[in-house]
Amino acid sequence: MRRARAAVLALLAASAWAAPGDARRSGFEDMGASTQAMQREDAMNPAMLWAAEGEQLWGRAPSASSRSCAGCHGEPAALRGVAARYPAWDEALARPVDLNTRINLCRQRHQGQPAWPAEHEQLLSLETLVGLQSRGMPVAPRPDPRMAPHAARGEALFRQRMGQLELSCAQCHEERAGGRLAGSPIPQGHATGYPIYRLEWQGMGSLWRRVRGCMAGVRAEPFAAGSVEFTQLEAYLANRAAGMAVETPGVRP
Amino acid sequence: MAARTLIQFPATARRGEVVQVRVTIAHPMESGFRPGMDGRPLPRDILRRFACRYNGETVFSAELHPAIAANPYFAFHLVADQGGTLEFEWQGDHGFAQVERRPIQVA
Repeated sequence: MRRARAAVLALLAASAWAAPGDARRSGFEDMGASTQAMQREDAMNPAMLWAAEGEQLWGRAPSASSRSCAGCHGEPAALRGVAARYPAWDEALARPVDLNTRINLCRQRHQGQPAWPAEHEQLLSLETLVGLQSRGMPVAPRPDPRMAPHAARGEALFRQRMGQLELSCAQCHEERAGGRLAGSPIPQGHATGYPIYRLEWQGMGSLWRRVRGCMAGVRAEPFAAGSVEFTQLEAYLANRAAGMAVETPGVRP
Repeated sequence: MAARTLIQFPATARRGEVVQVRVTIAHPMESGFRPGMDGRPLPRDILRRFACRYNGETVFSAELHPAIAANPYFAFHLVADQGGTLEFEWQGDHGFAQVERRPIQVA
C-alpha cells in the first residue's frame, strides 16, 4: 500500500524536465509561475542578454594575431550537445575539467590570451551561449573510465559533512529536498540550468557561485573555482542528473 | 559601449492590430543604498526614464526609481496603424542615454 502510494507520488512529481516516472525534479517546478514564465520565454529571460553578448564574443578575435571562437568552431550551433556532457576529461591536464575551465583553456591554448577569472562577465556570456546550444537535450556525461573515480570522489564530497554546521549536500538536497529552509523551498539540487540568472544576484552566475553560497552557508571553506575537487563534485552532479533536460539559461529566484 | 538590449515584437502586423512590445536592457540599477566592499555606499546609478516612440509619437513612457531591479523589463501594447520605426530611448544617471530603432511593417 505504502509502496503503491510512493509510486503514485513519484508519478505526480514527474515533470517535463525529467522523464515520466522519474522522481527527480528540477528546481524549475518549485518556482512561482511568474519566474517560470521568465525562463520559458526568451523575450523575458534576462539571461538572453548574456547569450547575446556571448554571440558577439564568439565572432570577435581577442587580438589581431589570434582566431575567434568562430574561426575554429564555426557557428555556435556546432557545439550542440557539448554542455550536456561536461565536465569531461582533458588529455593535456590529465584531469576532468568543467565547461568554464574548458573555455578558459581554449582561450589560453588557441587564442594566446590570459584566462578570465571566475565569474567574469565575458566568461559567463560564452558559457551561456554554449549551454544554450544544448537546451532541451538530456544531460549525458560520456561513459569515460577515467572520469569514474573522479565522479565517485564527487559523490563522497556530496555526502561529506562539512563546515561548522557539519552539513553535507545530501542532507539538504536528498534527505530534506522538498522541505523549506528559511521559507525557501529546498530543491533536489540538479544542476541542469547553469549558468543561471538568479533574481537575488540580479545577474548571471555559474554553478560554482551557487555552490560557494551553499558552502559559505554551512561555514565551510568553499572549493576554489575550477579546482579538481569542485570538478569532481560537478562530475557527480552530472551523473546524478543524467537524462534530465538541459535548461540553460535557467532563471531562479 | 552601448548597453545590450532585447527588443521583441511581431516584425509584421495587420493594420489596426494590437501588438505586444517587450524590451529589456542590461543595466545594474545600482540603488545608491548598498554598501560596497569598503563599507561606503555605492553611488547611485539607475535609469530614470524610458520612452517608446512610434514614428516620432510617444506611445509609452515610464519613470524608473531605485527600487527597480537590475536589467529592467517592460512589456506594453500598441495599435499598429502604420508601418515605420519604433524608437526606444533610455535615460539615466551619469548622462546615460541610449536609443535603439527597429522597423515595424504593417500590412
